Amino acid sequence: MTAHARTSSYNFAYLDEQTKRMIRRAILKAIAIPGYQVPFASREMPMPYGWGTGGVQVTAAILGPKDVLKVIDQGADDTTNAVSIRKFFQRVAGVETTTRTADATIIQTRHRIPEAPLKQGQVLVYQVPIPEPLRFLEPRETETRKMHALEEYGLMHVKLYEDIARNGHIATTYAYPVKVEGRYVMDPSPTPKFDNPKMHMSEALQLFGAGREKRIYALPPHTEVVSLDFEDHPFEVQRFDKPCALCGAERVYLDEVVLDDRGGNMFVCSDTDHCESRRAEGLRGALSGEVAP
Amino acid sequence: MIPSLIASGLAKTFKMHLRGGIELPVITDAAFSLQPGQCAVLGGPSGAGKSSILKMLYGNYAANAGQILVRHRGAEIDLARAEPRTVLELRRETIGYVSQFLRVVPRVSALDIVAEPLVERGIDRPQATRRSGDLLSRLNLPERLWNLPPATFSGGEQQRVNIARGFITDHPILLLDEPTASLDAVNRSVVIDMIAEKKKAGVALLGIFHDADVRSAVADTIIDVTGFAPLGKDT
Amino acid sequence: MTVAAAKIETLDRESAALPLLSVRSVTRTYGARIGCADVSFDIWPGEVLAVVGESGSGKTTLLNCISTRLEPTSGTISYRMRDGEMRDLYQLEEAERRVLLRTDWGFVHQNPADGLRMTVSAGANVGERLMAVGQRHYGRLRSTATDWLGRVEIDTERIDDQPRAFSGGMRQRLQIARNLVTAPRLVFMDEPTGGLDVSVQARLLDLLRGLVNDLGLAVIIVTHDLAVARLLSHRMLVMKDGRVVEHGLTDRLLDDPQAPYTQLLVSSILQV
Repeated sequence: MTAHARTSSYNFAYLDEQTKRMIRRAILKAIAIPGYQVPFASREMPMPYGWGTGGVQVTAAILGPKDVLKVIDQGADDTTNAVSIRKFFQRVAGVETTTRTADATIIQTRHRIPEAPLKQGQVLVYQVPIPEPLRFLEPRETETRKMHALEEYGLMHVKLYEDIARNGHIATTYAYPVKVEGRYVMDPSPTPKFDNPKMHMSEALQLFGAGREKRIYALPPHTEVVSLDFEDHPFEVQRFDKPCALCGAERVYLDEVVLDDRGGNMFVCSDTDHCESRRAEGLRGALSGEVAP
Repeated sequence: MIPSLIASGLAKTFKMHLRGGIELPVITDAAFSLQPGQCAVLGGPSGAGKSSILKMLYGNYAANAGQILVRHRGAEIDLARAEPRTVLELRRETIGYVSQFLRVVPRVSALDIVAEPLVERGIDRPQATRRSGDLLSRLNLPERLWNLPPATFSGGEQQRVNIARGFITDHPILLLDEPTASLDAVNRSVVIDMIAEKKKAGVALLGIFHDADVRSAVADTIIDVTGFAPLGKDT
Repeated sequence: MTVAAAKIETLDRESAALPLLSVRSVTRTYGARIGCADVSFDIWPGEVLAVVGESGSGKTTLLNCISTRLEPTSGTISYRMRDGEMRDLYQLEEAERRVLLRTDWGFVHQNPADGLRMTVSAGANVGERLMAVGQRHYGRLRSTATDWLGRVEIDTERIDDQPRAFSGGMRQRLQIARNLVTAPRLVFMDEPTGGLDVSVQARLLDLLRGLVNDLGLAVIIVTHDLAVARLLSHRMLVMKDGRVVEHGLTDRLLDDPQAPYTQLLVSSILQV
């Protein structure tokens, strides 16, 4: 863990206090109505849309000087997006950052939910590109809002029906729609459906920010989150036939790593912190000897 | 005996708006009644308004004046003033009609066309189809035609389908508009028998028959339409 | 009394009490221009009403007013809900209105693309209303869809094809299946045979006629085609310049037209 000197020419965490207050009000409303998309006056951030401007604004609004921040992209702490957002908050807020899930108070993520269960007091902030789950079949925003208001969610099943009709099973593997507390249908946005069960009854607070679309939604701790499905085609998460090649973990989300130009590959934990922690405990996978850690 | 139908003061005039509104009076002050178990026949030369009377009794032509009192569900209803919905109900339950020509419906088989009035009254389809087949065979319609739509049938074949459709129900009043016109002698006599059976069952019939033999075989009374001719009309 | 006759009796007694839909003095103006004026009628279960007139006569305005798509300037439209209560349609909550639209009512558009989802399969098009009312069993949805495709004479092999790949007649039949799958009591049809070839029209009309009889639907059908009205409807409403000029039994109106305009309309039909 490292603390950094804050660049004093910016307000703490970049946004001015009025803006942060506005965003916090939106967050409070979102927490009060789990799964409901609250509009907010999204600001221009010093990074392009698609780089997590929504998540960054949410993080900026809730960040305090004593918070410990972790940023992941595809589960990894060392990808460009994660590194630059982490550096951004180091400079404008001077907060401590970490790669260790257990040590973080706020975790901003683009795709994944960490493998280790989150705890009470932690906040998971999602960067969301498209918050509207109904947009697939109904492009009119006026209409989708009405559909949310009246709980008209038949269209979500039309989408799943099409999946089964075309592929024999529900082929949606990410942005898999969920129903929150039996009321609002919500798009977990680009997280893989593998992580959907982790949202259910999580001890952590989960906040979702969509910068370009100017929407915030939330799952307070201990919220019921049910993935939509059919009675005869129940929701299932992906299975991987091998454990992680480095740490031997099973029932975790794996990424393919190409090893050479002759088709050689291996599957390793997408959650780099999880993988490193396991290896630090001495756990080993099949290829751990051959690849530099 | 209580009459099944009493017409009084019945009048029909056609007003031709497309020809400067000229009026063609056809019937004035027609009055007659129909008794259960009897067949009345409308008499008079062609153009005297026999068909118009039949069509008014079925609600197909609007009467300009007068009453058509019909016993329906134990009450008396004036068909000349009834709501369309009531007229439809009367047609479904009380007044049957065999027209001169079959109105062909595309793609519906002869068997189903005949069975349709029963199905509309809630009889289940297999039973209705069975009775339809019985009637068609009685009227000597070759069985190979039963499952075809009658559009391509001969005039006589179409007419037999039409008769079967009109006779299949047990309406207490049955109107017949020249049902035997295009039939051969064998089928004419089948129709005469069927009319006799209707009478036995207490049905009140009113018909137009140009064939003198048929007329004398079925008629209990003749209603002479010339008596209802408007004044000044040269018929 | 046979069981069937008893069934009819109950049906009649129930339907005799109140109409399914009651339209009273409905007027819709567009500024100084009249869309439709002072239209009143009732429709009972199982009845097919044809609204006939040339384009601009106000029949589509009337249809839109009745089907809650266009609020009338004055007048009332009430509907007998499934619980038996007559309700003013324009006093319904938005939620109630929308439930009505996708369960108890159907709307068959002239252009099938307006009533179908062109980018999802035929099966999903038929199943959508069922999913909307909470059906969550893929196998049953699929067998219902298969059944309905058969009923509207679409090869069940095409269940996973999108309507984009269908002919005009097939699309129209698919639209009908999609509407009828929730067993609605009232179906609106706006020129359902318009724009189809004559032979395709005949097949569609025959199909509609059969479905309407079998399901006991009440239908309000807007058409300028008197042959369509003759074949499908019990009653007709003839409109001209936004007003009803004649209203009555279909065969009476066509065989013995009274109003000058109806006589003109009937005499204008080409005899084949």
